[in-house]
Amino acid sequence: MSKKIKKVKEEKEQVYHKPMIRRRKPNRSIAGDVALFIFLAIVAVIMVFPIVYAVNAALKPLDELFMFPPRVFAKNPTLNNFADLFVTMGKSWVTFSRYLFNTVFITAAGTAGHLFVASMGAFVLAKYDFPGGQAFFKLVTVAMMFTGYVTQIPNYMIINKLGWVDTYWAIIIPAFASPMGLFLMKQFMEGLPTALIEAARIDGAGEWMVFSKIVMPNVKPAWMTLIIFSVQGLWNNRASTFIYSEERKTLVFALQQIQAGGIARTGQGAAVLVVVMIVPILIFVFSESQILETMASSGLKD
Amino acid sequence: MADAVKEMKTKDEIMAAKIAAAKNGNYFQKYTVLRRHNLSVAWKKMKLNKNCYLFLAPYAIIFTMFFVFPVVASIYFSFTYYNILEPPRFIGLNNYMSLLLEDDIFLIGIKNTLIIAIITGPLGYIMSFLFAWLINELPRWVRSVAVVVFYAPSIAGNCYVIFSVFFRGDAYGYVNAFLMNTGLTDNPIFFFTDPRWMLPICMLVILWMSLGTGFLSFVAGLQGVDASQFEAGYMDGIKNRWQELWYITLPNMKPMLMFGAVMAITQAFGVCDVTMQLCGYPSTDYAARTIVTHLFDYGFSRFEMGYACAIATILFLMMILCNKAIQSLLRRVGT
Repeated sequence: MSKKIKKVKEEKEQVYHKPMIRRRKPNRSIAGDVALFIFLAIVAVIMVFPIVYAVNAALKPLDELFMFPPRVFAKNPTLNNFADLFVTMGKSWVTFSRYLFNTVFITAAGTAGHLFVASMGAFVLAKYDFPGGQAFFKLVTVAMMFTGYVTQIPNYMIINKLGWVDTYWAIIIPAFASPMGLFLMKQFMEGLPTALIEAARIDGAGEWMVFSKIVMPNVKPAWMTLIIFSVQGLWNNRASTFIYSEERKTLVFALQQIQAGGIARTGQGAAVLVVVMIVPILIFVFSESQILETMASSGLKD
Repeated sequence: MADAVKEMKTKDEIMAAKIAAAKNGNYFQKYTVLRRHNLSVAWKKMKLNKNCYLFLAPYAIIFTMFFVFPVVASIYFSFTYYNILEPPRFIGLNNYMSLLLEDDIFLIGIKNTLIIAIITGPLGYIMSFLFAWLINELPRWVRSVAVVVFYAPSIAGNCYVIFSVFFRGDAYGYVNAFLMNTGLTDNPIFFFTDPRWMLPICMLVILWMSLGTGFLSFVAGLQGVDASQFEAGYMDGIKNRWQELWYITLPNMKPMLMFGAVMAITQAFGVCDVTMQLCGYPSTDYAARTIVTHLFDYGFSRFEMGYACAIATILFLMMILCNKAIQSLLRRVGT
């Protein structure tokens, strides 16, 4: 009897202590949890292995790169391969730093413009009811359903007509209108309370003020999402169809050329590969929670 | 603004009276009255929301120029012979006829694209959901690390070229060395030049990269499912995690599932980078040719733009139809 009372007491006390570990859901078996956890761990190792390998390959000195049997982790990591990129390719006609600049410029300009243009469009689509708005948004969602390759050829003709072939604009301007960005931004902005906007309007703010002072600061999580998707697309853009001049080509193109250089360029190839892949990954790591917050409203309703 | 709304209301009343008056008239009269009324309301709304159009204009112009117009242009050019130098010449359905009846390489392309799409599309989609769902049960900080680990391959861009090191065609490739040391093969397998191996290896790489935007959407969506529904589920006797998945989680996730499906289909049909970079362009015996590779070949190597546009139109139709079909399928989830 007393035991029972004690138990009840303990249970009552427990309510006031925050449990250290989240209570398990009642309908889960422990064996299942463990099995799934092990499964997840194995898959995670498989997923991450090529990336870890690529990073380590870039850090290996020359003798380790061709060691047999190969090792995954570099024994004496050096940054020589990265330095080589600037030293060896510093003497070539188009230097490595030029390729890097091209990609950085295209990515920065394209992303900034995309964020601005798509947010403006998303703002009115989300918060105002005007004729044509819904139809336009439908069109944007349809545009998400096919790849950009479908429109490559007419795009080429249009860019040719505009005289943008072999300039950065050929890559930057079309990136402004990426349908995914507008879609995510609009969905996220719909979660913003309309009362906020109305209050600002009553206080005498015009549309532009509402947009720049009220809406944009409040959708910062969506900024990061637009930025990551835009960077992902532009940073990896090979741009080989629109840009012919060597001095305007992008990093990915340089990567392919270095890799085509054969065995002698193995170390440098690995280093460029790391440069190419690390930027989007880092952006994602630092903005993960904000991106997930935005993606929570990404659902397609019909 | 309030004035305008009032005005609209009074106008509504007038219209109602007009419609009542037209009741005695024929159907056509009623229809025109209604139409005119709708139009005038729309016009009022447009005038009220002038600024909206200004805000939307930059996006709308660029979007129309680089997404809507090209699709229309592509359909138009697909009925012509066009090589950039001469003006387009209308040739009817000839492009489609020769694509489907004469162009064997295109048929290989369609076959390969369909194989890749049918295998990697659903598999990648299911993987995305499965891992998102499993990750969701993990404690908070493990979960954020896991999301990065699973998502990294798809944002790492060109990282997949590292697979050409693993699957190198000589005895120094890791996979070949492993197979030879264990005695499974005597000679190294030419993974990227042997037609039998190209597609499977490419599909492996595509699957590795398939946890993309849809996966993120699922992770985020799963965190948003209302916890009280699960509690109600325990009360109602949901025994294990699979029942919970089917009866509670999936129906709640429907919008995300739709979004993920769109992403998966777009990715599955647009395969070309992986095959072009791993197997070469053109690949041995065209064994790794996809529709998009064929499009590049005709569009940017041979400059037969009309023919390439016909390929693009076929790809476009395939993707849109597939999307519509999958969406109507997904509407039945959990019912």
